[in-house]
Amino acid sequence: MRALSCPVPLLALAILLGGCGEVWNNPYPSQDGGGNILYSAFTERPKHLDPVQSYSEDEAEFNSQIYEPPLQYHYLKRPYELAPLTAEAVPRPRYEDAAEREVAADSPKAAFSVYEIRIRPGILYQPHPAFARDGEGRPRYQDISREELQGVHSLREFPHSGTRELTAEDYVYQIKRLAHPRLHSPVFGLMSEYIVGLKEFAGRLKQADAAQAAAGGHSAWLDLTQFPLDGAQAIDRYTYRIRIKGRYPQFAYWLAMNFFAPVPIEVDRFFAQPGMIEKNLTLDWYPVGTGPYMLTENNPNARMVLERNPNYRGEPYPAEGEPADAGAGLLADAGKRMPFVDKVVYSREREGIPYWNKFLQGYYDSSGISSDSFDQAVRLSVEGEAGVSPEMARKGIRLETSIGTATRYFAFNWLDPLVGGSQPDAAARERAKKLRQAISIALDWEEFISIFANGRGISAQGPIPPGIFGFKAGEAGINPVVYDWSNGAPRRKSIEVARRLLAEAGYPDGRDAASGLPLLLYLDTTDRGPGDKPRLDWYRKQFAKLSIQLEIRGTDYNRFQEKVRKGAAQMFAWGWNADYPDPENFLFLFHGPQSRARTQGENAANYANPEYDRLFHQVKHMENGPARQALIDRMMGILHEDAPWSFGFHPKDYGLLHGWVSNLKPNNMARNGLKYRRIDAALRERRRAEWNRPVLWPLGIVAVLLVASAAPAVWGWRQREQSRGCG
Amino acid sequence: MMPVVLWTDALVFLLLAAAVGAGFQVRRRAYLLASWRRVGESRAGMAALLVLLAFAAIGLLDSLHYRPRLADANGRPANGYSTEVRSALDALLRPLRNAAEKTYSAPLATHLYARETVEQPDGTQVRLFPRLKHGGAHLRDADAEWGGDVTWRVLRGLLIAVLAGLTFAFAAVHVAARRWGVRRAQAWRNIRRGETRLAWNAALLTAGLLLLVAGPAVSLAGGYHVLGTDKVGQDVLYLTLKSIRTGLVIGTLTTLAMLPFALALGIAAGYLGGWVDDVIQYIYTTLNSIPGVLLIAAAVLMVQVAIDTRPDWFATAAQRADARLLALCLILGVTSWTGLCRLLRAETLKLRELEYVQAAQAFGAPAARIMGRHILPNVMHIVLIAVVMDFSGLVLAEAVLSYIGIGVDPSTISFGTMINTARLELAREPVVWWSLVAAFTFMFVLVLAANLFADAVRDAFDPRLAGRRNAAAVRERP
Amino acid sequence: MLAYVIRRLLHAIPILVGVNLLTFTLFFVVNTPDDMARMQLGVKRVTPEAIEKWKAERGYDKPLLFNGNAEGAARLTRTIFFEKSAKLFVFDFGRADDGRDIGHEIRTRMGPSLAIALPTFLLGLFVTVSFALLLAFFRATYLDFWGVVLCVAMMSISSLFYIIGGQYLVSKVWHLVPISGYAGGLDAARFLLLPVLISVVAGIGSSTRWYRTIFLEEIGKDYVRTARAKGLAEAAVLFRHVLRNAMIPILTGVVVVIPLLFMGSLLVESFFGIPGLGSYTIDAINAQDFAVVRAMVFIGSVLYIVGLLLTDLSYTLVDPRVRLQ
Repeated sequence: MRALSCPVPLLALAILLGGCGEVWNNPYPSQDGGGNILYSAFTERPKHLDPVQSYSEDEAEFNSQIYEPPLQYHYLKRPYELAPLTAEAVPRPRYEDAAEREVAADSPKAAFSVYEIRIRPGILYQPHPAFARDGEGRPRYQDISREELQGVHSLREFPHSGTRELTAEDYVYQIKRLAHPRLHSPVFGLMSEYIVGLKEFAGRLKQADAAQAAAGGHSAWLDLTQFPLDGAQAIDRYTYRIRIKGRYPQFAYWLAMNFFAPVPIEVDRFFAQPGMIEKNLTLDWYPVGTGPYMLTENNPNARMVLERNPNYRGEPYPAEGEPADAGAGLLADAGKRMPFVDKVVYSREREGIPYWNKFLQGYYDSSGISSDSFDQAVRLSVEGEAGVSPEMARKGIRLETSIGTATRYFAFNWLDPLVGGSQPDAAARERAKKLRQAISIALDWEEFISIFANGRGISAQGPIPPGIFGFKAGEAGINPVVYDWSNGAPRRKSIEVARRLLAEAGYPDGRDAASGLPLLLYLDTTDRGPGDKPRLDWYRKQFAKLSIQLEIRGTDYNRFQEKVRKGAAQMFAWGWNADYPDPENFLFLFHGPQSRARTQGENAANYANPEYDRLFHQVKHMENGPARQALIDRMMGILHEDAPWSFGFHPKDYGLLHGWVSNLKPNNMARNGLKYRRIDAALRERRRAEWNRPVLWPLGIVAVLLVASAAPAVWGWRQREQSRGCG
Repeated sequence: MMPVVLWTDALVFLLLAAAVGAGFQVRRRAYLLASWRRVGESRAGMAALLVLLAFAAIGLLDSLHYRPRLADANGRPANGYSTEVRSALDALLRPLRNAAEKTYSAPLATHLYARETVEQPDGTQVRLFPRLKHGGAHLRDADAEWGGDVTWRVLRGLLIAVLAGLTFAFAAVHVAARRWGVRRAQAWRNIRRGETRLAWNAALLTAGLLLLVAGPAVSLAGGYHVLGTDKVGQDVLYLTLKSIRTGLVIGTLTTLAMLPFALALGIAAGYLGGWVDDVIQYIYTTLNSIPGVLLIAAAVLMVQVAIDTRPDWFATAAQRADARLLALCLILGVTSWTGLCRLLRAETLKLRELEYVQAAQAFGAPAARIMGRHILPNVMHIVLIAVVMDFSGLVLAEAVLSYIGIGVDPSTISFGTMINTARLELAREPVVWWSLVAAFTFMFVLVLAANLFADAVRDAFDPRLAGRRNAAAVRERP
Repeated sequence: MLAYVIRRLLHAIPILVGVNLLTFTLFFVVNTPDDMARMQLGVKRVTPEAIEKWKAERGYDKPLLFNGNAEGAARLTRTIFFEKSAKLFVFDFGRADDGRDIGHEIRTRMGPSLAIALPTFLLGLFVTVSFALLLAFFRATYLDFWGVVLCVAMMSISSLFYIIGGQYLVSKVWHLVPISGYAGGLDAARFLLLPVLISVVAGIGSSTRWYRTIFLEEIGKDYVRTARAKGLAEAAVLFRHVLRNAMIPILTGVVVVIPLLFMGSLLVESFFGIPGLGSYTIDAINAQDFAVVRAMVFIGSVLYIVGLLLTDLSYTLVDPRVRLQ
């Protein structure tokens, strides 16, 4: 009986796998074998794919292949540099005074910056039902009824599709959508400070929407073209103009983000038809763009598939890069028409471990996608700073690293009476400063990088990571409060120095000198998962070096944010990923008026220093150059001395890739890297077969075991039946 | 030092006191004593009991908490206590606790498991496996001396274990001979052959085995990490021993928490009947029909929010983690009392018809009195069986819940949190297997012992109830 | 009989109301609408206005249970509880916090869940009942003893170890099946094989022991002795008499779980990346998506009640003496 039950699955297994060729564990359909397909994964389903709402990296992974804002980052050059995408050239702003007369760039009278963007003609959208027209040239799916939508659950179920040329009006339409009353764009608040008339425009839209709702058209389409916006206007079919209040040279970087990608009015109108939203047919779910790929399968539970956009114009692969790029083979495809890969299959992989194991088996082409769990997956592998382990090198796996544009930090809340810096009493401020400096020395980020990031990072000397203007390498750039320069490298000051500072701060050996009570500090983190214990232990260990008692309060991300927003956290660990590669995007994290607790800004530590704020205003609008560098150096000096953060580290971008993947260079700013990628599908096929030979002896052993355990049973059965027969 | 009584500590000791009290009760009642004797007659039961006692001893040691006084600093007297809450077990295992390495090291290793760049005296850099700070630090030439040292330590441990075992056995035989009034050789023979009423041979054998494992382990732990170290270099043996308390607390306090509900409602429903019965049945059907995991998730999240938003309720992280542990026990209790409640109701329905209850009713005794005096004592065997049988299931449930992230606080060391991190380690190249193996072994032994003991208790007290719990187990398969 | 079924279904209504009220309170204490909004709106640059807008759009801006501003019956109906819970009773689950249609999602995810749960259930039942019969046949021999020891040992291993160990050896080291994932159609078999086998093996210990006890109890009864006295072969006795009569206790445990198979299994689905209802539930818990969890709780309760009803009905099938009224 027992023997009988198990061979059935074994048999089924053998039959089933017989058909799959030599590998048994291929997670993809066998007919896809050898195809020019790139395999990747996503952890969480994207929440928003509408370019007005989407702001997270995992969403950009899809959107950036589909949508094309006017600008992009150069794929190979470092430091990061803007390059035109659909625009003819990177626009240079023109300046106007209050009376809208043009003035010189350095004129103090400049009140507006005007960006005039000219896009290339002849760019076509991907095929989409919203563009489909019937025999008489009328949109085919313009006024479909709820009944016609019955049973339709995806866009693929519309039989007809069409395309249209990209126009400047599409870009303007999208800028107007930033203010749409039914959408919430994360950058609306910021942009309404800059784009002329956007705030008032939003007010008008809100009224119009309310009027429409009162008239019964609750979710009916709101035709944004009926409402003019001063700050964004199409001049002709291929040119549009954006007017910005004051100077904001960083605005060009925003033009490389999907918030400024084109959205065709037909599509918006198509999705606004009644019944669409209930079927989840929305722009938030079905992106439409002019980019190299289009989303053809959107099943967030299992897989998302990008396929080559048949209408894509074929941008040439860049011909210049960093000096080392040619040697690394990154310029081999220079001038060739992109994209190179036909199809990209993203499988849902909820956890890092299966992703990592499949990567090792050759079923994913690269790893190192910047999401936490994949991060973890990469950490599982790579040893130390030297690169990949010998076993992996033998498999042809290589590691690409690149300077990141992010920083991880440990902040002291400036409003806190113990560690902060806003006490009324100067002596108390001085004590708190010494305390912060002592902790900054004690937190050994080098060790953190080596344990938790496998050495993929460099300890930070200030908020600005390398590769961004304002970063200073070498002895001149070190944080003199925490580091000494010795033997050509920064060395963290010894713990004795920290202890001395602590004593000067009034806490010799971690006790309050006055009361003798132990110093107790609180750390808020979002580390509360079962896997986060090592990190909590590490923090405790660091504070124990100073004999400071540390209480860690782990909360979920929501409540953590809430606490920081209220300024109720004493110390917390957080990070910042650059929106654009300009020092302003890091320096503003300390700008007093942008305090999180006071004004909901991004200055989460609520740091405030009048001198710093004054310098920030100067630096903000300057062009990169020695003058700007000099001011930034002064600001760094202030930050080093005040130590509102313990500057943690700048994580490196890295990717692990198999031998068959080429043209991959980690790039933290550009998310549209897929079009550059090339794979050697035949090599992949061979490697997969080689690495995944099924090991059959365990099946044999299981079979033998089953037979062996069945034997006494059969024997006993016989015995019994016989004995009964005899007796 | 300042003693700290965590909520779960208090309850654990309450439970201990109750158990001791119950022990005295048992001694006075012959029929109960007879049932317990039957447990003792089972060899598996005796062996399991001994193993459980060993675990319980560790758990109890780990339940005596205190905050150490801060050391005097530079002549200034310290008048403060550390915020770190330690237990007697921590104090006992201090060498293990303090012997932290930088990161992973294999069991009994002398070198770290990962290569590191090390600067040579001449300024050049090489990548090698650095020596551990504590594991095998007493060896001068680790490669050459390691084998000999380990063998010597194992032998020393075995020798001590054998000596201790023999002493223990001799003492046991001596006491037995005294009590039975026979000669020692005769007593020894009886025990060895199993010709005693209680299965003393199984108990002695188990004790011997435990000693044979513990002896070398203790001996090795003096110089090595017996089970290796984890990601931040903590000794895995220490972590495993600390996990035991969490498992025991969940296994015992959960049933303790649910007992009042189950008893009161079950008996009331069975005895009073009518609308009381209807209401109680409504409550437990409703609770039962909610998928258990979701109910637990909701409740655990709720408690977590309460704890998060009121940090001033708790002086130390340990107290906060303990509050969550207790909450988990209560929640598990709320979701699991329905089974026992139903059993008690059915039994009460039967008892209600018995003559002595009818007689009491005829005398006009109030219902509460009848339920308390006549029915309660007669359903206690069901309660006992439920308690021991639920234990192992709860220990297993803790691991699963912690794995999903709705179990104990991440700073609490438990089997679930260990397995969770161990799973990540299994994906490493080269693989880090020791945490998983350690958690597996300890958990397996604990649960196996609990299962065997539960079987013995059930057989001794009520063979008819066999298998009832497993009906529930089928439903909660992964 | 029909009247009985209807009466039982009517009884279910107060239970479902209770379930709803309970989960509603629990989850809203945990998760205020503000939290939900912040969770859904992402990380960077979330303003309080955006949160208010999100809440208003999804109807979370109303009072929880009682609306003092409204008139008459609207005081109770214009509340989050009524608007979000009442519709459940007609199986209209509405949309998840991320905007997806829950009903559609549940329908598409049911397939993968059943594809794992049903084979596991059937194969598990077959294997354990066979094994238990075998042990009952060899009762009081060494075979029986070691079989029971094996069962106890197997049930003392946490299911986590079965899954972790099985996945590690079979998929990672031996390359026999894909590590995780799912595909529709026949391809599914490759992905389902390991999870099904692991779930069956993990369940063998406790179920076998349970069935064995039932069989032994049955074997001890008089009619079995009579059958044996008639000279029937032991195998015939076991199959024809014992197995049939042990049906009632087996059914009590088994039938009630059949509807719950739809719910999928949390652990296996999340370990093997199967897009079923189990992983849907876990995702919803992690994302604190109240709408989904509420729907799943409701469905779970309905299925449980259906299971209880089916159990009663199945008694009449195996034992004609049982009458329902």
